[in-house]
Amino acid sequence: MSDETLLKIRDLEIAVEGTSPLLKIVKGVSFDLEKGKVMGLIGESGAGKSTIGMSAMGYGRGKLHTSAGQVILNGRDIAQAKRGVLNQLRGKEVCYVAQSAAASFNPAHKLIDQVIEATLEHGLMSAHEARTRAVELFTALGLPSPETIGDRYPHQVSGGQLQRVMTAMALCPKPDLIVFDEPTTALDVTTQIEVLAAIKHAIKITNVAALYITHDLAVVAQISDEIMVLRHGEMVEKGTTDQIINDPQQDYTKALLSVRSAQHEEKPATEKPVLDISNVTAGYGKIDILKSINMSLDPGHTLAIVGESGSGKSTLARVVTGLLPPRIGNVVFENTPLPPKQTQRSREQLREIQMIYQMADVAMNPRQTVGQIIGRPLTFYFGLRGAKRQARIEELLHAIELPVDFADRYPAELSGGQKQRVCIARALAAKPKVIICDEVTSALDPLVAEGILKLLADLQEREGVAYLFITHDLATVKAIADSIAVMHQGNLVRYGPKRQVLNPPFDAYTDKLLTSIPEMRIGWLDDVMAEHST
Amino acid sequence: MIAQRLALSLLILWAVSVVIFIGTEILPGDVAQNILGQSATPEALENLRTEMGLNDPALSRYLSWAGGIIQGDLGTALTNGRDIAESMTSRLINTLFLAAFAAVMSVPLAIFLGLLAVRYRDRWPDKLISATTLASISLPEFFIGYVLILIFAVNIPLFPSVASVYDGMGFFARLNAMALPAMALTLVVLAHMMRMTRAAILNVMESAYIETAELKGLSSFKIIYRHALPNAIAPIVNVVMLNLAYLIVGVVVIEVIFVYPGLGQYLVDHVSKRDIPVVQACGLIFAAIFIGLNLVADITALLTNPRLRHPK
Repeated sequence: MSDETLLKIRDLEIAVEGTSPLLKIVKGVSFDLEKGKVMGLIGESGAGKSTIGMSAMGYGRGKLHTSAGQVILNGRDIAQAKRGVLNQLRGKEVCYVAQSAAASFNPAHKLIDQVIEATLEHGLMSAHEARTRAVELFTALGLPSPETIGDRYPHQVSGGQLQRVMTAMALCPKPDLIVFDEPTTALDVTTQIEVLAAIKHAIKITNVAALYITHDLAVVAQISDEIMVLRHGEMVEKGTTDQIINDPQQDYTKALLSVRSAQHEEKPATEKPVLDISNVTAGYGKIDILKSINMSLDPGHTLAIVGESGSGKSTLARVVTGLLPPRIGNVVFENTPLPPKQTQRSREQLREIQMIYQMADVAMNPRQTVGQIIGRPLTFYFGLRGAKRQARIEELLHAIELPVDFADRYPAELSGGQKQRVCIARALAAKPKVIICDEVTSALDPLVAEGILKLLADLQEREGVAYLFITHDLATVKAIADSIAVMHQGNLVRYGPKRQVLNPPFDAYTDKLLTSIPEMRIGWLDDVMAEHST
Repeated sequence: MIAQRLALSLLILWAVSVVIFIGTEILPGDVAQNILGQSATPEALENLRTEMGLNDPALSRYLSWAGGIIQGDLGTALTNGRDIAESMTSRLINTLFLAAFAAVMSVPLAIFLGLLAVRYRDRWPDKLISATTLASISLPEFFIGYVLILIFAVNIPLFPSVASVYDGMGFFARLNAMALPAMALTLVVLAHMMRMTRAAILNVMESAYIETAELKGLSSFKIIYRHALPNAIAPIVNVVMLNLAYLIVGVVVIEVIFVYPGLGQYLVDHVSKRDIPVVQACGLIFAAIFIGLNLVADITALLTNPRLRHPK
């Protein structure tokens, strides 16, 4: 083992304690990480990437434990080390940056006290020195008012800033290694790029080594020296970032690389829109969330509503469904204005507009079978019972490409993608003319999401249903939309056919949004940041 | 926010005063009959009732009662004609003193045991703490009282079995006299507070920031003390206040066993004599204490929430 090797993982196996036969989450993974290098661990959920990252700190979530193999950090095997030994190196030699900084900071303490806590705990610096270092790190990470931001409480700071404070917290004790666990996944795309650039800069100036865990290959390509692709707890492929991005050997890696390239041919405009949102202003309490919104949806078309969190896109969905009556304006369905409140709408009007949600998990009753879930709208809207209902359920299951015997399963027995398919079937069961899709692929892995988008496109072609497609992800928009509405802080900033919206000349916000989408090439982040600074 | 709670508390107190008044109104029994005995003539009874104002309409009696209370006048006892506020004061002080003594022992002990139970969760210290505190809450308090007397007054004569206190008694002599009732009360309220502390902290221990603390290399006890406890304060304070209220309001049995001259005994004495004004006054004082302590719990919960203390 060379002097430069910081972390050496050999035949690592991590399993769930107390299962028989032993349920293995990680099955024999090996790699080396040299000092000052960044290794990207990439894969879908369940690939074991976080579990491997945690093992570098000798930590297993819940009942996870290392059943075989070695984790050698700075020359010591910590795979089976006791808590007392691990406490000596956690927060000193190896630190952690979590996905959700908002949940990972203690709401009861000031940020600065949490940032320097590990440093003081291990007696690495005096309190004064630690504070000085923290302020230096805040400055390096581009946080506003670095001298005083530490005196705030976590809830007083934005999500993107918190993520940077957490990076400062990890860097403060001058560790040899930092485990970044999806640090930008929960952020808006324009925030992600800033945080990503800050993390990259901080890694460079402190020369710390890192394990960078993410499901987004385009993100990891910007920051890591090497990439390891994982699937089902096993290594698929490992190589330098250049090898993986430009010359992948495995089919799975190739599939991950091509995931954002799907395109959709724009349909020509039609005469009459099926849904017309006319001059809608709406909000909660005295605050207007939506300000004079006008847009329309052609039958059989897809209108994508794009925006970051807080832009008002979900509020718009609530207005269309009648859950939130607008203050001004109305929603017109096939030339008839819809009553503002859902309770005032007829059953027929309700049937025509259906909804699919982001979290398929919580959108289904866990105590009902798939058959009951899909069958309910059939009985409610069409009065179908018995054999007729059964036949229609089977037809719908066929349409969403699931086996017929799934009708007897419960939601808990389905995968994430399958659950979302059942939700699509439930919406289709009402034979609506419009389906509102609220971030339907955001919680899914890229390849699964691609399958859902393809299914939605096929269904549109066959059934002629129109989609109001709410998303924050512009790559998804390219793959599905006919026209696009870009929203920012409750205003419609750009609206029109896809070709027009996605081509210059751009307004400032759309330009920022478009340039913030990570591109699958090395050096993209540097190029964008260079452009921003000029 | 706090002003709103305060107003709400006063409203509840008023509602309670109405309920107490109506409740005592529909009670069977007649104080005049009680004073004069079974052999009294109807005329004598009638005269006494008129004299005591028992024949006035209920509403006017309520108004004069409530009006007096607002001015600090709790009325006079029907049976002995003494001013209630005056005879109540020394007994209320005794009860509060006993409650404070028990609270000083039980609250820190309960929280410490709760922390200990979390630290050694599902291991033997946790199970031992749970079992003993559960046993002590399951036994009726009079039984605990007599067992304590048997052990600490009869077998090992450390403390007196009768907790008699009087004015001008020295502080430590007083504590010595009150040791057994305070111990009995501690055992009664310990389990509830300890289990709530344990549950509240365990709930917080599921949070992501506990994992963060663990990955900083902090010891288990520091994690519990520094990161979990501050976020569990609101539910703990709530249960502590409920138990403090119980220590003041629910001590009747213990006071009777140890012959302690507190408010509970005073209440029991006068219930048996059908002395309605005293019963009403005690009821109202108990209600005020209960509401006041819960108000403190609510305000503490507000103040310990950093989101409310430091708005954006």
